[in-house]
Amino acid sequence: MSKTIIELQHVYKKYDDFTALKDINFKLNQGEFYTLLGPSGCGKTTILQTIAGFTDATSGQVLFDGQKINDIPANKRQLNTVFQDYALFPNMNVFENVAFGLILHKVKKAEVAERVHDALKLVQLDQYANREISELSGGQKQRIAIARAIVNRPKVLLLDEPLSALDAKLRKDMQYELRSLQQNLGITFLFVTHDQEEALAMSDQIFVMNKGQILQKGDPVDIYDEPINHFVADFIGESNIIPGHMVRDYEVSFLGHTFECADAGMRPNEPVEVVIRPEDLVITTPEKGKLQVKVSTQLFRGDYYEILAYDMQDNEWLIHSTNATTDNAIIGLTFGPNDMHVMRYNETEAKFNSRLETYEE
Amino acid sequence: MKKSFRAMFYTPYMMWLALFVIAPVGLIVYYSFFNISHQFTFDNYATFFRSGTYLTMTANSVLYAFLITLISLLISYPMALVISKLKHRDLWILLVILPTWINLLLKAYAFIGLLSHDGLVNNLFELVGLPAQHMLFTDTSFILVASYIQIPFMILPIYNSLTDISDSYIKASHDLGATNWQTLTKIIIPMTMPGIKSGVQIVFIPSLSLFMLSRLIGGNKIITLGTAVEEHFLTTMNWGMGSTIGVVLIISMVVVMLFTNTKRKRGRN
Repeated sequence: MSKTIIELQHVYKKYDDFTALKDINFKLNQGEFYTLLGPSGCGKTTILQTIAGFTDATSGQVLFDGQKINDIPANKRQLNTVFQDYALFPNMNVFENVAFGLILHKVKKAEVAERVHDALKLVQLDQYANREISELSGGQKQRIAIARAIVNRPKVLLLDEPLSALDAKLRKDMQYELRSLQQNLGITFLFVTHDQEEALAMSDQIFVMNKGQILQKGDPVDIYDEPINHFVADFIGESNIIPGHMVRDYEVSFLGHTFECADAGMRPNEPVEVVIRPEDLVITTPEKGKLQVKVSTQLFRGDYYEILAYDMQDNEWLIHSTNATTDNAIIGLTFGPNDMHVMRYNETEAKFNSRLETYEE
Repeated sequence: MKKSFRAMFYTPYMMWLALFVIAPVGLIVYYSFFNISHQFTFDNYATFFRSGTYLTMTANSVLYAFLITLISLLISYPMALVISKLKHRDLWILLVILPTWINLLLKAYAFIGLLSHDGLVNNLFELVGLPAQHMLFTDTSFILVASYIQIPFMILPIYNSLTDISDSYIKASHDLGATNWQTLTKIIIPMTMPGIKSGVQIVFIPSLSLFMLSRLIGGNKIITLGTAVEEHFLTTMNWGMGSTIGVVLIISMVVVMLFTNTKRKRGRN
């Protein structure tokens, strides 16, 4: 188990009539890639700013390497930030921007040149040292901002939605690069995003946030396969969420049918919500299907068709299929017990985790 | 149709430009080549550049304009910095601009009242037991009053360039380890250079030819080029010499403009 580098204990952030953060607790280990994921206004950037030292927590402790850093100003904290708008100083060229932190720390001239060169090489822009910031493209600015942040050799790198200004193709490329950069440097990354795809692709651990609270933490696969509640299921990926009730352990009933499922630990007849991911639904003939739905619209997404259909009770169903179907046709849908995930209403994360432990190997 | 429509909009501007910019400048240049008895001559320029009086006057004008600009900059920059961080900054900046709505002459008279021998300032000095000071008609009071009048024109462009700086630059600077002072000198001041430059332009150029203030507050002891122009046109009636000084002033303004407008060009070596 690697060492804890950052820990937040009962952190609250309150403005006059608004609570931005409610009892945030987490530990970040050295050398891992963490993501704070949530819709805008959920408090994820506030957490980042509290760690960076740009804003104070109203109460609670921020620990860095075991030391309380609440009262240490931002310029004395051993971590660096990549900003959403990059914040590259326009009055300096690329070299001067990257060297800025080193010069402030009174690093010797020869070493500055060497470390700037190394940092630029890491982001593959070592030829650009003498360029002006205004001459760079968005993607290049992004890399320079990263180089500037890592040149000081921080123990933690904070990234505030750094990819949101890039186009889709570049954003995908940068996901690979950030991930490999983090693995090469072996430092902790705390990445803030509202883009669930980015979070799933890069992270070791994801914290899903909403309304100033962390709803669920876990690795990407767990969060995707076993979301804790309606919000997480809906926010992470596409999903079909159907109300139902547990008949008994491993048996759930919805839409008038009872199905075998893989979840347990709930009260008999407890009302629940069932999540089925669109890619887990298999289209078959109406007779063979566990459910019958009527196709409404289909969208071709390139690698799959996205099919929108309605069942007899008018619930919406989203299906991902490699093959097209016919509009207005009645089709059958099948799914296995493991394709369903059952969520209880208002279950806390602690209870959710301990319940999963009782029946999962 | 469309073309003539557009010409209609251009006409007032063109006429204004011709009548109030090009024609007067042309006339000034024209008159500068005539002596007092209306004969064509280069003597005016020769006199200007040979006589010690005119050169001293020029040096004086530049020196005073420089001091006025420097003092208003030193007061304005911190003021703009503070105002830009206030909660109701728009209101505060409005309060700074407010005095510019009052006529310059009225403000000058107000200062005569304040600074005169029996004025408010001396009354206050007496209250705290200081002897009455002779303040009116001194260089110091001239420079201070002139700076007071110029400060709003200096603050405004600086304030605007300060509010244009995104907060994330300041955060980035702190994040990389800079103290508040380092952030000010290495990030904020360089980034507000355009504002400082236009403030300097707006203040320095008119300060070269302040004549009313030098008379009312400076007591006519300070003879700047502005005072000389006024003397030549209204008292000695030597329009040629007055125009020559005018041409010199115009040229020095252009020089200042060019100097402060230089775009930073940095090579890619």
